[in-house]
Amino acid sequence: MPTPVFIAENTTKTYVTNEVEVHALRGVSMTLFEGEMVVLLGPSGSGKSTFLNILGGLDNATSGTVSFMGKNLTDFSESELTRYRRDYVGFVFQFYNLIPSLNAWENVALTTEIAKNPMDPQEALELVGLGKRSSHFPAEMSGGEQQRVAIARAIAKRPEVLLCDEPTGALDTKTGTLVLEALQRINKELGTTTAIITHNTAIQQMANRVYVFKDGAIESTHENETPKQPSEVAW
Amino acid sequence: MVALPVLDRKVIRDLKRLWAQVLAIALVMACGVMTLILAQGAYRSLSETQKTYYDQYRFGHIFAQAVRAPDHLKDRIAAIDGVAAVEMRIVRSAILDIPQMAEPAAGIALSLPAGSKPAVNRLYLRAGRLPEGSRTNEVALDSRFAKAHGLNPGDTFSATLNGKKLNLEITGIILSPEFIYALGPGDLVPDDRRFAVFFMAQSAMEGLFDMKNAANDISLRLLRGACTPCVLEKLDRLLKPYGGTGAYKRKDQQSHAFLDAELTQLSAMAKVLPPIFLLVSAFLVNMILSRLIALEREQIGLLKACGYSSWSVAGHYAKLVSIVAFLGVGIGSMAGNYMGRLMTQMYAQYFSFPFLVFDESPDLYLIAAIISLAAALGGAFSSIMKAARLPPAVAMRPPAPPRFRSFLSLKSRRVRILSQLSTMGLRHLMHNPVRSLLTSLGVSFSLALLVSALFLTNSMDHMINVAFNKAETADARLTLADDKAPSVLDDILRLPGVLTAEAYRQEPVILRFGPKEKRVAITGRPTNANLSRILDLDERAIQMPRTGLMLPTHLANQLGVKPGEMVTVELTKHNSVERQVRVSGTVTSYMGISASMHIDALNALVPTGPRISDLAINIDRTRLDDLYDAVKETPGLGGIAMQMLSREKFRELMDQSFTSMLVAYITIAVIVAFGVVYNAARIQLSERGRELASLRVIGFSKQEVFHVILVEMAMIVLLAQPMGWLIGYGMAAGMIQGFASDLFRVPLVGLPSTYAIASFVILTAALACALIVRRRVGKLDLIKTLKTRE
Repeated sequence: MPTPVFIAENTTKTYVTNEVEVHALRGVSMTLFEGEMVVLLGPSGSGKSTFLNILGGLDNATSGTVSFMGKNLTDFSESELTRYRRDYVGFVFQFYNLIPSLNAWENVALTTEIAKNPMDPQEALELVGLGKRSSHFPAEMSGGEQQRVAIARAIAKRPEVLLCDEPTGALDTKTGTLVLEALQRINKELGTTTAIITHNTAIQQMANRVYVFKDGAIESTHENETPKQPSEVAW
Repeated sequence: MVALPVLDRKVIRDLKRLWAQVLAIALVMACGVMTLILAQGAYRSLSETQKTYYDQYRFGHIFAQAVRAPDHLKDRIAAIDGVAAVEMRIVRSAILDIPQMAEPAAGIALSLPAGSKPAVNRLYLRAGRLPEGSRTNEVALDSRFAKAHGLNPGDTFSATLNGKKLNLEITGIILSPEFIYALGPGDLVPDDRRFAVFFMAQSAMEGLFDMKNAANDISLRLLRGACTPCVLEKLDRLLKPYGGTGAYKRKDQQSHAFLDAELTQLSAMAKVLPPIFLLVSAFLVNMILSRLIALEREQIGLLKACGYSSWSVAGHYAKLVSIVAFLGVGIGSMAGNYMGRLMTQMYAQYFSFPFLVFDESPDLYLIAAIISLAAALGGAFSSIMKAARLPPAVAMRPPAPPRFRSFLSLKSRRVRILSQLSTMGLRHLMHNPVRSLLTSLGVSFSLALLVSALFLTNSMDHMINVAFNKAETADARLTLADDKAPSVLDDILRLPGVLTAEAYRQEPVILRFGPKEKRVAITGRPTNANLSRILDLDERAIQMPRTGLMLPTHLANQLGVKPGEMVTVELTKHNSVERQVRVSGTVTSYMGISASMHIDALNALVPTGPRISDLAINIDRTRLDDLYDAVKETPGLGGIAMQMLSREKFRELMDQSFTSMLVAYITIAVIVAFGVVYNAARIQLSERGRELASLRVIGFSKQEVFHVILVEMAMIVLLAQPMGWLIGYGMAAGMIQGFASDLFRVPLVGLPSTYAIASFVILTAALACALIVRRRVGKLDLIKTLKTRE
């Protein structure tokens, strides 16, 4: 029986802006198990990003509970959340968010310098196939390469979970495939629990499980017996 | 209701959003406008009042003193080519006994021609009338002294003139263009209470001083285009047989020299300070506008796509900048007007004019507005042009990511000198070296202002300390009506309350060395002089050598003479007899330009034999009143300088004006430092929001993320320190050099604490900015920042 990493129960999130209430999440319950790769699908505004942000400690739930390895994230203070992100979570965003003034190796070293049990930055870059580009600055790399540096940076600290928000959103098919391959390789080789947000339905084929979001709630969920390789996925 | 065009609404909303940065820039600009209006306004007020006053009241162009020049010389002087008018009169010192004032006041008595107005140096009559030619006890009294003692026409006071005590009646209250800045003997600032100028009828003065048909003071007015050096030379030649001590120009007339020094300072202030502030604000405008335009790139593209012309886009940003400039001009004009009025009030305390109003001519404000607007638009020019030139299709695409160089990239990754966070900060700093350097320069200007202000106060403080506590330590100085035999010392020592007394001799001379000559006085000093000492080059008191001349260094430099060399001494009061004297050394002196000799050596040099002309005394303070009474009654005394009171007065004034000067400079420096650092940090924060948010997501704490900003700001502020020290030193040296005259000089004295205090103030201001920015780092919206495209 695999160990649960995240258990979310009846999670809601309501934003109040200018006296208008927006219900971003309306009671989401989900369990993510160690080493699995899940894909969160759904149109814009369906609540998948809000949910991922709550899992990653970037945001707080309005009600319900979210526990990470038995600890309730909703009870964490701001500095505990910072600590949690530093030690357990790797993030990958659509727009890479690399530091332009640091080269690839240094961008990765940013996390290894503060992590408890990091891998060598070079090793992380090798894992995403960029071992030879370590001294290049973001401005000298393609979008796909930049995203893979972002992945290397996220996994170099050996996080428990890797949370990816539209990691291929800004990329073409070919470079997008390279990025997905890197994510799958990490999931398999390091056993990192990985959650990927996408509105590209084709990507769901490489996941163990798929959750479909709609209007702030989970509309459906299904499992893939045999997840496909990224190169086999047609988008 | 007329609706505001949409773009103008955007201007207003942008201003609201950027209010803190806008205010910071407007305040820096306001400093420039304020100093311009203050300095230029005060300069105009003073110089125009001076000019009108001088012209209407025929202030002299050339002045000379002699021992006894016969009146018939007047025609010969008037015949000199270029001379428009001549006035010959008697001028002597006096001791005044004023009711309800314990200490004696010092005074100067001047003669007025009978029956007509003086041809030169006319009087402004504020009340009453001028003394009548036939009356011997009538005087016209200087308005400041009259005001200080509540004296009016019809009141009387007594005075000792040429050793004789007289009861004098005030007929009128006057002001004179010769005594706009009136200094009593031994004083450094005017003391209305203790120094009086009064005028008496010519005949009365002739009788009192035994000067029938003779004068000892000559003033000339020149025709336009007259050859001043030629007139000086001819006048000297005419006066030489009558003990002429050397004619001099307005520049060396005491009142004019002080007024002129103030004008020079104001004009320098008007020329130096406003451009600095305006340059800094232009730079700040440039910095925030280029960032704003970078952020609004897509909006610019959209505006152009909608059909707005490049000009309307440029006009939009120009409007924004113009409003910032007008805000600065508004604040600066009000502050400048207020400060200008204060300054003019202060001038009215020191300078005695019949009228003095702060110049408020609108053109000054207009000039300030135009210059400020030009500075702001100049600063914004490149950014505005960039916005105007941006093709809409390009504008809608995100800009290319910035390229960084691998500065500080370590080949061997085992060696870790700097953390990645510090590397980020430093690379960002180096990414835009010109901007970083200019930011640093902006901060260094604020530091330089403080350093120069502190230098000035330290230097003045040092000068006062040396002059009053090391060189001149006497409580008072008594001047004899005429040079007397040395036995007078015993009479003075017998006065009640006199603890010690030392006798000195003053001789006006011309010193010559090669082609150079200088009119000065030689002070004859006794052995073991304690009350008036000469100081060596390290400012230590030394004994007067038995032989030879001791020259102040600047006098030696002016003559180009070195110790050991011989100079020619012409004794102007003694038929211009010439003697050769060896220069035995140079001394430090900040006041006056007088040379020194041992009194015995001077007595041997002068044909009249041993004489003394003044005495320095120390007083038993418990018997002050007795002494004051005795001095008022002692015949033979010509004048008194209460140095102990001068010291207190000067000290008090300096403390007061130093404090207000420092407060003003600190305020301005903090405004500039704050404006520059705050804007630079905000720009950094805006440019690097995404990076910083990424760091927070990765798991860096707020403090660690703030560290990145701090590294860059710290480097900029630290780099500004040595630059600011250097610029400040240069500014102070320039100002102090501007002060130097034969009347007084200020040594440039800075202590390590000068730099430390200035840096402390600026670093504190920078730290306050850092704390404000730190709060903003804490408020970064991580999700929003990371999920938007740059």
